[in-house]
Amino acid sequence: MTVTNDFSMVVATANGTGSQTANLALLRALFKMGIPVNGKNIFPSNIQGLPTWYHIRVSYEGFTARRHTSEVLVAFNQATVKEDVAALPAGGVCIYNDDWRDVPLRDDVTNYGIPVNTFLRQADVRGKLRDYMANMVYVGAVAQLLGISLEKIEEALTFHFGGREKLVTQNMDIVRLVYDWTAENIEKRDDYAVEALDLTGGQILVTGNEAAALGAIFGGVTLVSWYPITPSTSLVDAINDYLPRLRRDSETGEVSCAVIQAEDELAAVGMVVGAGWAGARAMTATSGPGISLMTEFVGLAYFAEIPAVIWDVQRVGPSTGLPTRTSQGDIIAAYFLGHGDTKHVLLLPATVGECFEFGTTAFDLAEQLQTPVLVMSDLDLGMNNWMAKPFDYPAEPLRRGKVLTAAEVAERVKNGGYGRYVDVDGDGIGYRTLPGNDHPRAAYFARGTGHTPQAVYSERPEDWHENMERLARKFETARQLVPPPVIDEVDGAEIGIIAYGTSLDAITEARYRLAKAGVKASFMRLRALPINGDVRDFISRYDRLLVVELNRDGQLCEILKMELPDLATKLQPLTHSDGLPLTARWLVDAIQKD
Amino acid sequence: MTTKANERVNAVGLAYADYKGGASTLCKGCGHDSISSQIISVAYELSIEPHEIVKLSGIGCSSKSPAYFLGRSFGFNALHGRMPSVATGALTANRSLLAIGVSGDGDTASIGLGQFKHMMRRNVRMVYIVENNGVYGLTKGQFSATADYGQELKYAGRNDFPPADLCLEAIIAGCGFVARSFSGDPKQVRELLKAALSHRGTAVLDIISPCVTFNNRDDSTKSYSWGKENQDPLHEIAFVAPGFVPEQEEIVIDDYEPGEMRTVKMHDGSQIQLRKVEHDYDPTDKMGALQRLQMAQDEREFITGLIYYDSSRPSLAEVSNLPAEPLAALPAEKLRPSPETLREMMAAFG
Repeated sequence: MTVTNDFSMVVATANGTGSQTANLALLRALFKMGIPVNGKNIFPSNIQGLPTWYHIRVSYEGFTARRHTSEVLVAFNQATVKEDVAALPAGGVCIYNDDWRDVPLRDDVTNYGIPVNTFLRQADVRGKLRDYMANMVYVGAVAQLLGISLEKIEEALTFHFGGREKLVTQNMDIVRLVYDWTAENIEKRDDYAVEALDLTGGQILVTGNEAAALGAIFGGVTLVSWYPITPSTSLVDAINDYLPRLRRDSETGEVSCAVIQAEDELAAVGMVVGAGWAGARAMTATSGPGISLMTEFVGLAYFAEIPAVIWDVQRVGPSTGLPTRTSQGDIIAAYFLGHGDTKHVLLLPATVGECFEFGTTAFDLAEQLQTPVLVMSDLDLGMNNWMAKPFDYPAEPLRRGKVLTAAEVAERVKNGGYGRYVDVDGDGIGYRTLPGNDHPRAAYFARGTGHTPQAVYSERPEDWHENMERLARKFETARQLVPPPVIDEVDGAEIGIIAYGTSLDAITEARYRLAKAGVKASFMRLRALPINGDVRDFISRYDRLLVVELNRDGQLCEILKMELPDLATKLQPLTHSDGLPLTARWLVDAIQKD
Repeated sequence: MTTKANERVNAVGLAYADYKGGASTLCKGCGHDSISSQIISVAYELSIEPHEIVKLSGIGCSSKSPAYFLGRSFGFNALHGRMPSVATGALTANRSLLAIGVSGDGDTASIGLGQFKHMMRRNVRMVYIVENNGVYGLTKGQFSATADYGQELKYAGRNDFPPADLCLEAIIAGCGFVARSFSGDPKQVRELLKAALSHRGTAVLDIISPCVTFNNRDDSTKSYSWGKENQDPLHEIAFVAPGFVPEQEEIVIDDYEPGEMRTVKMHDGSQIQLRKVEHDYDPTDKMGALQRLQMAQDEREFITGLIYYDSSRPSLAEVSNLPAEPLAALPAEKLRPSPETLREMMAAFG
């Protein structure tokens, strides 16, 4: 029985050997063959030497979640070969380095030995390049054995090397050598193969961090301050790849943006808050430990009402946790970040398309609401490559919120006065002025201490109370402004699944499998906090509600219970917390078990 | 606008009162209030438009003071020890602003030493005033990191740790304008402040500003009496505003005969005139400055004046190649790239 375009391959290598180039070449070649793909890098927190596994899933049905098994193994890491071989399902495929002794081959899988050193000698590759080119050896073997077109491999390498021909040729020489050798010397005896389809045409392959960077750029980001931390670093790297170039005046050479590497996350978010106060669109990107450090500043920005955008590309906590694995474990911390009564607007992207879209939305909301907005991405979304339709140009103009010019201040002064925190419109949002505004009454003193609506220091109980009530009112305005949930209801469904972020892919696939088994499940995917009326209505309609998330404590479930106490007993957490993305199999089993 | 017809006004038509702030809530006699007064005077004298200035501070007695001067200027009372990062962001977003940061010794030397030094490294254009009294006031008398070694205080007991010297720290971090002064010497504070405002990078003014409530015993190097008796100016300093001197392109320090005057010319055409008092002190000699500061610390000398000056390093805005127009004022069409740009980018991901 041949299995075409519906399996997963895992490439086991040692970190730091350059295998990422080879893996991405395979991924992109499959994508260019029109086959829906997804790649997931399960990598160590290490520069060189520790094991890394790259999973490539092909799915003619278009599913992109992690698969529960990988049927094809490229065993190129001697340190893990034993466990890698043991993990193969019966009937699987093992492509291994034939130079090793004592490879624990199984007789219920198909084994293909590739004499890696022979090729490297033939190609006269020496020194450092050896490890690197060894990766091209498996590209050639895999291409031959699975049926990946060499032409597409070459296109993928050309993409990867940005058209530098010499590198492409050098790599392709090895790939071809092994490809041809495999054809002549290995008889294909396994069931797995790919065939060209026409399902990826017009699409792009992009990481969530790249998408977020582009989104921020088309959202008008002007200052980025950051401190390197996995898995958010590549987001700022991508901004740095594009933004300074786009903002460079070709005549003067001046650059109308700033990307500043801070000394720590406190300074990173401090600069963002300073720039936001001064009127520029400013953001930072970080992960859990950075969020902890930013807590005090986020509380200040909430209270002094300063726009700020913070991307949290979540990894596994608590503490340093698993720096290179994924989770949704920062939701409660982020929602209430800060001491005292604080609540924040959270955006919850699930796709690279939403990373792009929320890149702009985050700035619009931050400036409209004059408050920090946290965008809760995760490592799986941020660092892995996802297929997507090319991003649409934003349809709406930038929403800069309530900012007064000097003339507008004059108008207000004439009609009774201007106060920075006066709730003129009843939506809890005052009108701000920006430093440099030359009206004599425009200036105010931003502060984290108690103040009157005129921004004057105050310890009066009434002033404090009224200000906090207004901030609560502003949060109610936020409810109406944030992106609504995406709801997909099925007639006769008895189960309602609630989730957010990257569990989308596993849930989509699980619902498909459950439907085939006669189990109907509706689905509500939250795209933001705070929740609005649609969420309550959905929850009201179902008796069995599962809140699926990647953390131990069911954090979103707890938030929903707090927000909807009368419906709290209906909500059941269904949590997965081991650092790996969700699989549809796990979800189907968990749902059917009850 | 708020001035009366018969009031004296400066070159931009504003009266002294237009530069005042709210009533101070600091202790009567606090050195910080004297510094606030000098800031008001200097801004008035130099005819700076209030909206061109931003005031930034951290947390503490000193950091409250920006509410007590320049009421028509925007201000930001940030977090404890974190004013430098807020200032860095704000001044990158709008480089046309003239920034006065006010901090204390706890805010700068204790909780904020990291951000202080990184701001110097980046050379953000700002006057960074440390109102240094060696003690925490609002929490009632604990030692800060600038307190004297071996000093005894009623609340805190004995200080067993050496003081951090913020001028030394500033120079080591790369600051090109480092001065020390005494709040009891308003003239020197004023002249240094004027010069600092002309500097195109971070300018640090470490001003000993006695805490009359918690650290004003005669034996404390942060007390009024000690300051009055021991202040040892390296030179007499006078600031000459641009317009009063011919514009110069290059900044040089003229050689001068002993006993005469040394002139430091600044980028904006202003001059700092340093009249020798008794030592032959060269503020452009980095090693000399470091040595002099260390010696002063060892000998408990209270040297004041312009301790170090070097205008050669570009500011953060210059290094970043920012345009003169504030980034915060960019119009929407400059903020969002074109549909064509997005199409090109998308094609590259295909």
